[in-house]
Amino acid sequence: MIPELGYAATVAGFVLALSGAVAAVVGGWTGRAEWLRTGERAAIGVWVLITVCIALMLYAFLTFDFSVRYVAINTNRGTPFYYRITALWGALEGSIVLWSWMLSIYTLIVVVQYRRRQPELYPWVLSVMLGILAFFLLVMTIPAPPFERLTPIPPDGRGLNPLLEDSGMITHPVALYLGFTGFTVPFAFAMAALIIGRTGEEWITITRRWTIIAWYFLALGLLIGGWWSYHVLGWGGYWAWDPVENAAFMPWLTATAFLHSVMVQERRRMLKLWNLSLIILTFGLTLFGTFLTRSGIIGSVHSFTQGSIGVFFLSFLSLVLLGSFSLLAWRMDRLRAESQLDSVVSRESTFLLNNLFLLAATFTVFFGTVFPLLSEAVRGVKVSVGAPFFNLVNIPVFLTLLFLMGVGPLIAWRRASAQNLKRNFLKPVLAGIVAAAVLRLFGVANVLVLAAMGLVIFVSATIVLDYARAVRARRRSGEGWSAATWGLLLRQNRRYGGFIVHLGVLVVALGVAGSQAWSVQTETTLEKGQSVELGGYRVRFDGLEASEESNHGKVTGTFSVTSGRHWDVMLHPGRKFYPQEQTPIAAVDYRLGFIEDVYLVLGDFARDGSQATIKLQVNRMVSWLWLGGFVLTIGAALAILPDHRKPA
Amino acid sequence: MTLRGLRWAIPAAVLPVLALLTYGFWTDPKEIPSPLLGRPAAAFSLATFDGGPISLEGLRGKVVMLNFWASWCVPACYDEAPAVERTWRAYKNQGVMVVGIDIQDKEEAARQFLARFGHTFPNAPDPRGRVSVDYGVYGVPETFFIDRNGRVRFKHVGALTDEIARRHLDALLKEPA
Repeated sequence: MIPELGYAATVAGFVLALSGAVAAVVGGWTGRAEWLRTGERAAIGVWVLITVCIALMLYAFLTFDFSVRYVAINTNRGTPFYYRITALWGALEGSIVLWSWMLSIYTLIVVVQYRRRQPELYPWVLSVMLGILAFFLLVMTIPAPPFERLTPIPPDGRGLNPLLEDSGMITHPVALYLGFTGFTVPFAFAMAALIIGRTGEEWITITRRWTIIAWYFLALGLLIGGWWSYHVLGWGGYWAWDPVENAAFMPWLTATAFLHSVMVQERRRMLKLWNLSLIILTFGLTLFGTFLTRSGIIGSVHSFTQGSIGVFFLSFLSLVLLGSFSLLAWRMDRLRAESQLDSVVSRESTFLLNNLFLLAATFTVFFGTVFPLLSEAVRGVKVSVGAPFFNLVNIPVFLTLLFLMGVGPLIAWRRASAQNLKRNFLKPVLAGIVAAAVLRLFGVANVLVLAAMGLVIFVSATIVLDYARAVRARRRSGEGWSAATWGLLLRQNRRYGGFIVHLGVLVVALGVAGSQAWSVQTETTLEKGQSVELGGYRVRFDGLEASEESNHGKVTGTFSVTSGRHWDVMLHPGRKFYPQEQTPIAAVDYRLGFIEDVYLVLGDFARDGSQATIKLQVNRMVSWLWLGGFVLTIGAALAILPDHRKPA
Repeated sequence: MTLRGLRWAIPAAVLPVLALLTYGFWTDPKEIPSPLLGRPAAAFSLATFDGGPISLEGLRGKVVMLNFWASWCVPACYDEAPAVERTWRAYKNQGVMVVGIDIQDKEEAARQFLARFGHTFPNAPDPRGRVSVDYGVYGVPETFFIDRNGRVRFKHVGALTDEIARRHLDALLKEPA
């Protein structure tokens, strides 16, 4: 029964979304309100139907309805209750359902917010969003149906991919997809602006907060993905330049570029063509990422199963890119800049440089990701490029971006005077140089790390200096301490939200630089009672224990860890054996610290428990990545508060 | 500015990228040839679910289709099971032997699987997993085609179809003994 109901809801949703998109177009074309109302009702109906799909899937998961193929593949009777819920989006079909559901919610919010406020843009925005929803519902109907029937009904299911049995399975996909789908809103507004020819700053002002929200969730999704990789995969790192990571990173890079270049358009009415191209690119890259990870054309740790879905995604991606860039070409005459770059030493050109470097990073990541395809097409050889390529090319790019991050917010618009440069940058530059010199004296020899740390101090100093000056100015005009400090943040929330986001990025940058440079590791085999020492820690192997969990067997080791500072804990890394997996799954154990993490992975072991091979890592400053995520959150929250400034 | 004339270059610039991605459909990143191809198949000797012995040595001179499966392998093993049985029925009088090897399974569930599909060719559990390790089985189902001289000649990963089985078996049967 469930499969039939679910399938009916999917098909109805597709028909409704498509007809709603058409109705909205007619409404926009003729200006007749009843057509628009039809489109709106369709948007509500689509949300209801996708919600019904989700409810049906949940019911099927909770009742072990193995007549649904998707349920049979992603659970078995041993799957714990909690993971039967998250299994909903644990594989291809369900992930599309989650995606569509979020998109339908965004569409409803757009309906509620803009139906009265933006009468001209709104019909086209609605039709673009419903059109995109129709595509995802089409995917749910034909190439990736979540409600496909399985006959004969197996007595038990296969079970969820064990790597997905983690709390990160709630937060990571949800954050990531909120980011991905969020970019649909600015994209839809950009398309609407092109269609009706209102290519001014309007669509940018309207969608600024949407873009920040999508950008923030994407950043959060990436960080949580890194956390998942770090504490579940057990290889000791958080980023591997895997195609699936790159797929999410690329739209984040172009969105970052977009967030900065729109400020130039708002202020100076330049870069119109550029901004439209960036938002098209960002939206296109979210589709590309989905295509990449689900079409199976490139090997990745995320092995979503494949099928004809790749053809659907590539066709839609082609339609979106060719359609929107053609629209752009058609409106080219209205996209002239209304002012010019006055000087190379100005905020405009700093932002432009920042954009060029962000795009350079996007391009290298793209190039590295599709390189296996390229090399097979051109030379007939399967080759892929790994972390060394990405690191080599991207580290200088990101260091430059750090530098620009310090310069951009404080350099003057149009043309910076020597006075402006000296006032804002002399002290921070000195602070950066002194910091790097001090680190050098303390024995840090790695040039890249010195550069990164110096730049972080430089940027932080610009922010602190600017904030301190503003507070002092407020104090002089008679404000109390709290009004001058906290009040300033709220009054100029957009500016200081941005600064706090920058601080968050700096904290993440410190984490990346520190962990790359200073982490140490060792691999060794220990007899029972034997110890190994690393980075001031002594780890002793105390024994092994076997246990049977609901859906897997587990061998757990006991290791006591002592450090010179009378610090004594037990770590219990293990290995899990799932019947449906050929290789055992590592269960890492760790103690996180502000400065360093102790991270222990159990490898091979003797069956009688007399011997164990371990990988021990002391990972420095990795926690700063997660800390940076919290700072980002505060900054983004501040930045999306309503803008208190008077429009310029 | 000459932007006007160049405007259509913007959408056109997308085309090579789309072409490259389309090309991707004709490649398979997971298709890595098995190092076992052309080498002598690893010997095994197991007890079938019916209690009889089965060993590769005893099948010398026949073309062998060795199918690795498991009852928890949903849905691929379920998808291919009827095709495996059909292949066995079609070829059993032509000098072909089909052998199923059940890996990492519970006996009860495995017997249910066999009963459901009415398999009539010998099936044996691989209790220590040694045979699947010898053959480098990564995920079920995987099917190996072994020629009359006991060499692994083809390997198929994923659900088997009648067509694939026929193609490989016909090729091996055509070879002189």
